[in-house]
Amino acid sequence: MTERSVVTDNKQAHIKEKVISGLLSLSALISVVTTVGIIILLLSESVSFFKEVSIIKFLFGTRWEPLLEPKSFGVLPLLSGTMLIVVGSAIIAIPMGLLTAIYLSQYASDRVRTFLKPILEILAGIPTIVYGYFALTFISPILKQVFPSTHIFNALSASIVVGIMILPMVASLCDDAIRAVPNTLKQGGYALGATPFEVITQVIIPGAFSGIMASFILAVSRAFGETMAVTLAAGATPNLTVNPLESIQTMTAYIVQVSLGDTPAGGIEYQTIFAVGALLFFVTLTMNVIANRVMHHFREVYE
Amino acid sequence: MVELSRKDHAVTHHKSVEISDPAMETLNVTIKYGESIAVNSCSLKFQKNRVTAIIGPSGCGKSTLIRSLNRMNDFIDDFSLTGQVMFAGEDIYNRKADPVEIRRRIGMVFQKPNPFPKSIYKNIIWGPQINGFKGNPDELVEESLINAGLWDEVKDRLNGSAMALSGGQQQRLCIARAIAMKPEIILMDEPASALDPKSTARIEDLIEELRQNYTIVIVTHNMQQAARISDYTAFLYNGDLVEFGVTKHIFTNPDRKETEDYITGRFG
Ligand SMILES: Nc1ncnc2c1ncn2[C@@H]1O[C@H](COP(=O)(O)OP(=O)(O)OP(=O)(O)O)[C@@H](O)[C@H]1O
Ligand SMILES: [Mg+2]
Repeated sequence: MTERSVVTDNKQAHIKEKVISGLLSLSALISVVTTVGIIILLLSESVSFFKEVSIIKFLFGTRWEPLLEPKSFGVLPLLSGTMLIVVGSAIIAIPMGLLTAIYLSQYASDRVRTFLKPILEILAGIPTIVYGYFALTFISPILKQVFPSTHIFNALSASIVVGIMILPMVASLCDDAIRAVPNTLKQGGYALGATPFEVITQVIIPGAFSGIMASFILAVSRAFGETMAVTLAAGATPNLTVNPLESIQTMTAYIVQVSLGDTPAGGIEYQTIFAVGALLFFVTLTMNVIANRVMHHFREVYE
Repeated sequence: MVELSRKDHAVTHHKSVEISDPAMETLNVTIKYGESIAVNSCSLKFQKNRVTAIIGPSGCGKSTLIRSLNRMNDFIDDFSLTGQVMFAGEDIYNRKADPVEIRRRIGMVFQKPNPFPKSIYKNIIWGPQINGFKGNPDELVEESLINAGLWDEVKDRLNGSAMALSGGQQQRLCIARAIAMKPEIILMDEPASALDPKSTARIEDLIEELRQNYTIVIVTHNMQQAARISDYTAFLYNGDLVEFGVTKHIFTNPDRKETEDYITGRFG
């Protein structure tokens, strides 16, 4: 028997490695190029928009009527509409999501857990347009019974379904964060005569704080960008209001309206969607960056 | 050579070992995980203000037994216990017994130091505070740290994070945290096994001092350690309590062949 050398001169294997690594970098490149392309498109179209409308008037104007004469390009009504949905859905999803996660991770038996987790995942997998229908045909009529002044299209009903929509994400991310808190810490708490409630609120939640905060921010940013459900349920009335029973329009719903309508491409009306899109992109990006920072900054060191 | 100089009481026959004033006692305790038996009909008394060591090979049920003494097994889904664990005149597994109250009075130190990711000060004061402590917190923190032999090292950084301490310091902090509760019994499950020899020696000295005021039950894999620090030793093998007696006798003249084999290192 001859001894096998550690030095090989296998050209074929070498080429194969190169091809594989080339293919992998290519696929990574595609996503980078796409992102850069989107940013360039948004920015270049926005730049031509902002040549005609001052950025101050856009950001602080209180009337959004780009399709009517006299045209007005104040984005505040769209922003306030979006914020109504974001705040409303957060009020629903954040506490319920956190409580669900606490229940799942601390109280639920294994049997209940294996039953509930998939339900949450199904909830997360329902197409958002279905949520829109649900809001329009089920929630809004109920709201109208309770508050007769409710419009058919209204922010509240949309907030509720967006809240339900982002709830699984909050619950599941919080559940992960809570589970990441070492068991030994929990036991340390119990060994000092703490009640389960004290252990949860004073040991586990602080231990999972960064993950919980990040889940909130990601959920909010998801509500911010949510489109179909709000287009369907919240209406198409740019409306600077804090009354959730009124019809409003979000930034995303506006973009849908113009993209699907017969607004000719190239005109200032058409460019508005890029300006609104750029604003949307900027806000969600900022929130995701903050979420990332929070995750790293508050990451507890257990060792 | 095993050092046994510190024994100060005279119980001569371990077969009839006399526990005159038990702080705690197990009566025919059998512990199962699902269907498998981890501790088999164990009856043991823990003498007040003395150190009782539980020794035995890995997997013989030491942790299971010590965790059952302050109901830390409650969190394990398929855990079940029959028999009685008597403390302060009651069976702590009595349906009316309150595990929270039991753990207030029977503290525990774990194998791996597990300080909370909070300040040193908070680590100590948290337990007493959630349990309605009304005295002067600064004094309690100082006193506990002094008793745990950690005060000099941390007195200038009480508000610094406990996570920044060394492993040995963290373990002493966990002991300080446990004694701040002023428990009657302190359970320790291999408290020094994750530490270097110097920190281990400090913990051993500390146990020696704590023994004045507390009843201590300690699980250890280290024979020399058991011999050095304990007054009584229980040898567990395969879930059975094989032998229990005065440490000196267990280590010099055990009754049972298994005990002798184990302490002389023939198995385990
Ligand atoms: N949570 C659990 N669920 C099921 N079985 C367990 C559990 N914990 C321990 N056991 C089993 O019970 C037996 C005793 O385990 P235990 O941890 O009490 O041993 P030990 O003497 O402390 O061992 P070591 O010296 O390795 O720490 C082992 O067979 C172990 O596999
Ligand atoms: Mg163990």
